[in-house]
Amino acid sequence: MDEAAASQDNGSDGIIRMIDVNKWFGEFHVLKNINLNVGAGERIVICGPSGSGKSTVIRCINRLEEHQRGRIIVDGVELTNDLKHIEQIRREVGMCFQHFNLFPHLTVLDNLCLAPQYVRKVPRAEAEETAMMYLERVQIPEQADKFPGQLSGGQQQRVAIARSLCMSPKIMLFDEPTSALDPEMIKEVLDTMIELAETGMTMLVVTHEMGFAKTVANRVIFMDGGEVIEVNEPNEFFDNPQHDRTQLFLSQILAH
Amino acid sequence: MADQPTSGGGSQPSKPPPWNDPAVRSIVFQVLALVVLGWFFWTILNNTLANMERRGISTGFAFLDRAAGFGILMSLIPYDESNSYGRTFVVGLLNTVLVAFLGIILATVLGFVLGVARLSNNWVIAKLATVYVEVVRNIPLLLQIFFWYIAVLQALPGIRQSITVGDAFYLNNRGFFFPKPIFGDGFGLVWIALIVAVAAIVCLRKWARQRLDRTGQLFPVIYVSIGLIIGLPLLAFLAMGAPLSFEFAELQRFRLAGGASVIPELMALLWALTMYTAAFIAEIVRAGILAVSHGQTEASRALGLKNSQTLQLVVIPQAMRVIIPPLTSQYLNLTKNSSLATAIGYPDLVAVFMGTTLNQTGQAVEIVAMTMAVYLTISLLISLVMNIYNRRMALVER
Repeated sequence: MDEAAASQDNGSDGIIRMIDVNKWFGEFHVLKNINLNVGAGERIVICGPSGSGKSTVIRCINRLEEHQRGRIIVDGVELTNDLKHIEQIRREVGMCFQHFNLFPHLTVLDNLCLAPQYVRKVPRAEAEETAMMYLERVQIPEQADKFPGQLSGGQQQRVAIARSLCMSPKIMLFDEPTSALDPEMIKEVLDTMIELAETGMTMLVVTHEMGFAKTVANRVIFMDGGEVIEVNEPNEFFDNPQHDRTQLFLSQILAH
Repeated sequence: MADQPTSGGGSQPSKPPPWNDPAVRSIVFQVLALVVLGWFFWTILNNTLANMERRGISTGFAFLDRAAGFGILMSLIPYDESNSYGRTFVVGLLNTVLVAFLGIILATVLGFVLGVARLSNNWVIAKLATVYVEVVRNIPLLLQIFFWYIAVLQALPGIRQSITVGDAFYLNNRGFFFPKPIFGDGFGLVWIALIVAVAAIVCLRKWARQRLDRTGQLFPVIYVSIGLIIGLPLLAFLAMGAPLSFEFAELQRFRLAGGASVIPELMALLWALTMYTAAFIAEIVRAGILAVSHGQTEASRALGLKNSQTLQLVVIPQAMRVIIPPLTSQYLNLTKNSSLATAIGYPDLVAVFMGTTLNQTGQAVEIVAMTMAVYLTISLLISLVMNIYNRRMALVER
């Protein structure tokens, strides 16, 4: 399928399409025939035991990992080895990491302005204005001139979210955004993400925060051993899991 | 009341006896250490002075004004036998500084290239760089200096069989000969143009930075800078009617007359120091780049920055803070290792001043002290500069 045709049917067929995606790490078959169709504005939570390939799925979407078979089409652009396509997709897709990955040698404000200035060629004043707007949205405008090392984990993750938003992405990927945080900081990050969801952003979130999944997700995907085991609406998923492995997983993480 | 330790649970805890009080102990030991050290040096100094007096050796720096009476193979300032010992000191010092300065620049460039090459995805380049590093850094430096001097440069053909390019450049076992530029009237303007060009580039960088902030447009600073630094002096040069001529080295019966030359001792020493130190710098650079976590690269790519931008804006600035402290050590090592010049007869400070001058005057204490002071000063200066740079690059945490 060529690009034009792909972009034509992306409205009906989803902003992210993964068709029979397979990936190996050496001998290890980490993704097995993943099929996924994400509509614009949809919010999807991916969960599963560690090593199930859930992070790898979302990392394939912005080419931090390369898939070896199958197709991935993001916003009408197919991911190939073409650097132009990869750059185009990365501009549209924001990502937050478990360990924040803020640039420690730059101030918070510079962290936020870097990509808009060098990728989108936005004037500094405008980039700063946008940056301050998003810092206010994540409620830490007063930290703009500090360095990441001076902030708490929760604040750093909120800065990381703001940094992604500064590129005005259409899609946001979250790779276990609260796993490295102390319990009292998890809430402030989740609140920020819930707020973001209310703006209609397309979100793919790898997380074990089941409360978040219940309030925000349209669909919950359960993965195990590199396969998608179950896809369902949150209520159905938690109350009436179909698959044995889903039941086992849920009993383990909801036990305490 | 307070020093009644057991009475009625007072607000002060009991004070230990002085020999158990860490604060008192610490002061006593420090004073003791200073006294011992002071006594040690005082004894040595006393002893030396007494011995020298008994042997009738005069102390002091009066010898620096006496005529040296020996020639030096290479000098950056005018020098001949009638000059003073003081001047031999300056000649040696300048030769040391010359080889250290050139060595540091060349080793840094070569080291960074090799360090990045070792991390290259290109298998051949990465392996070549690895082999280079492992071979060069594991062979003693003195051996390498001898290798370049004896096995390579001394093995070059003699003067009459010189390897020559267009009768302008000659390479033989006496060194490398090239045309000597003679600056005519008005060449000063070219230097001025060069200074203007440098100043213009500094301003241009500032302006481009502001323009980027204002409009978001990147300005091709590098190309314009290259144009300026070549163009302006060239323009001045042509405007003054090309006031530059060359004195060519001329092949005579037993020697090359005229022209300018680099002696083989300098080439061998410089090349060996550069290659040896570059191998260590390559490892430092590689370690520095690897020390930047992969998450940084991923975050940068996820934001849409290109690979080159990621390297330039995210990885290198963070790698530098890991690279600079050990890099400083390598600069110091190179400077101090340059004293191996003595082995092949390059007239550096140790060879000239601590060698010939010391032999002739016998003023061992003064000469050794002066030479040590020179290396100490150069090293401390390098440290100072690098520390200032390091502080600018350091991360702010907490």
